[in-house]
Amino acid sequence: MATHGTAAGTRQKPGLGRVLHDTRYVFWREMLLPLRDPFSLVFSLLQPLVFLGLFGPLLGAAVGAPAFGGQSTLQWFLPGVVVMIALFGTSMTGSNLQYELMTGSYERILATPLSRSSLMIGRALKEWAPLVVQGLLIALVCIPFGFVFYPLHVLFGLVILGIFGIGLGALSYALALVSQNKEWIFWGVQQTLLFPLMILSGIMLPIEAGPAWMQTASLFNPLTYLVNAERELFAGSVGTDTLLGLLAASVTAAVGLAVGVKAISRNIR
Amino acid sequence: MIHTDKLAKTFTVKKETVEAVKGVDIDVAPGELVAFLGPNGAGKSTTLRMLTTLLTPTSGTARVAGVDVTADPAGVRARIGYIGQGNGGGHSFRVIDELVMQGRFYGMNSVDALARARELLQSLDLADLAKRTVVKLSGGQRRRMDVALGLMHSPQLLFLDEPSTGMDPQNRANLWEHIMRMREEHGTTIVLTTHYMDEADSMSERVIIIDHGRIIADDTAARLKANLAGDLLAVEVAAASAAGVRGLLGRAAAGGEVTENSYDGVVRFRLRLPEGARLAPALLLEMHDAGAPAQSLELKPPTLDDVFLELTGRNLREGANR
Repeated sequence: MATHGTAAGTRQKPGLGRVLHDTRYVFWREMLLPLRDPFSLVFSLLQPLVFLGLFGPLLGAAVGAPAFGGQSTLQWFLPGVVVMIALFGTSMTGSNLQYELMTGSYERILATPLSRSSLMIGRALKEWAPLVVQGLLIALVCIPFGFVFYPLHVLFGLVILGIFGIGLGALSYALALVSQNKEWIFWGVQQTLLFPLMILSGIMLPIEAGPAWMQTASLFNPLTYLVNAERELFAGSVGTDTLLGLLAASVTAAVGLAVGVKAISRNIR
Repeated sequence: MIHTDKLAKTFTVKKETVEAVKGVDIDVAPGELVAFLGPNGAGKSTTLRMLTTLLTPTSGTARVAGVDVTADPAGVRARIGYIGQGNGGGHSFRVIDELVMQGRFYGMNSVDALARARELLQSLDLADLAKRTVVKLSGGQRRRMDVALGLMHSPQLLFLDEPSTGMDPQNRANLWEHIMRMREEHGTTIVLTTHYMDEADSMSERVIIIDHGRIIADDTAARLKANLAGDLLAVEVAAASAAGVRGLLGRAAAGGEVTENSYDGVVRFRLRLPEGARLAPALLLEMHDAGAPAQSLELKPPTLDDVFLELTGRNLREGANR
């Protein structure tokens, strides 16, 4: 329901310290779910391995080595898988919220002093957190198959994905709010956007192998810069791609949080 | 504890403007127990949501627990407790985890939060269910958990939105017992909305009747009933002597309607008598003196439903759409 808000501009903005403090508790509450039911974590750890094991060999055989800029297929593909997990995970942030919107638990938490942005950041980071374990695990598993592991670079890459995940998670959160009572809209929009974004970023197949219009379209996709940054970092170097990726992630986070905070204050019945 | 000045809320639904709350002035002193009573859609919950900062007022001002709701909503939220219409516990979470996290959200440390959670679970008869997931609780247990969530940080002011809707009488009584005990122990100020008139009547000291977004009455339930409704009196006299008291009863009703039915040689008069319990004995004597002694008498105290009917011409249950 749309509302006339008047005094929004006069509201006190919570400081960064407050947001970080609150985020910690929102994150911790969400983390209690997988921690109390650790079996769900096992599956989320296995999924990327299955994907990597089945899709990786096909990719190398179908596209051929020259498209990967001289890297091994694995070295090229693994960062893409990590970005993909981040994409799937954090874009689901709103789906867990949908259950809480149906009961009163979203409203109950809204009535606490928690800052609005911490509600989104905490939830988005919960979707991102398993990625740290997943990312490191698949990197380790791939070492025997010729993958060269640069731990610090990979960690930095995961941090960039976390920043991006906050933005995407906040957008997903906002989407869940606007599609309240019409849950199918959430899934429709999420799925419709996810696949073009993914394909146009060169996660699964090198975009350089595609037609010119696809390459142009990929330039407007923040995910492209993110994937390039991850590839550079996973290859053990820090350069322009990393900076552009960090920038794309930061812009996504800023836009996502702005949209999300607006959605929270507009959407309350 | 609460002071509002022309607090109003306008919604736009499908390009149509709906004035949900049309400028209400409310003052609540510390320690009061106040009920907002009105039919569904009257604006009670919208008012409550503005006071709890869940909605931004369209115009007007409100200070809650000393803090302005538009200038510092987080400050208001830190000082109040809110128990909404729905169930506050997340389905897949454990009861104790939700309570402890709720305490953390309000800035309690983990030791205090755990101690407080255990204390509340004990006093709300939920101690055995601490490690149960919320989805496995019964309706009554969930509602008690909602109360526990709302009381975690021991707020000085507690808002309850339709606290007992959908509960069976036993669970309702149980819930109220807990709320009243908390109030006795901590002097908590309580503001609730309800469309159960008996709940407003028996539980609260002060009733604010809201209809079509406006406050139409604000007083103790006893005074509202005495001033606006009056007791319902039914007396029976022998048919032969009925003519002798018709005028007398008409005057007693002070302009109100007097209805009569006759059956088996008896006429039954029904009328509203303000302060009926005090006036009825004298009326009986007068009837006796007029040669028409009452053969039976029934005196029914008014309900808040009668008050609402008197104020609006509608029954509370008919809703706000007329």
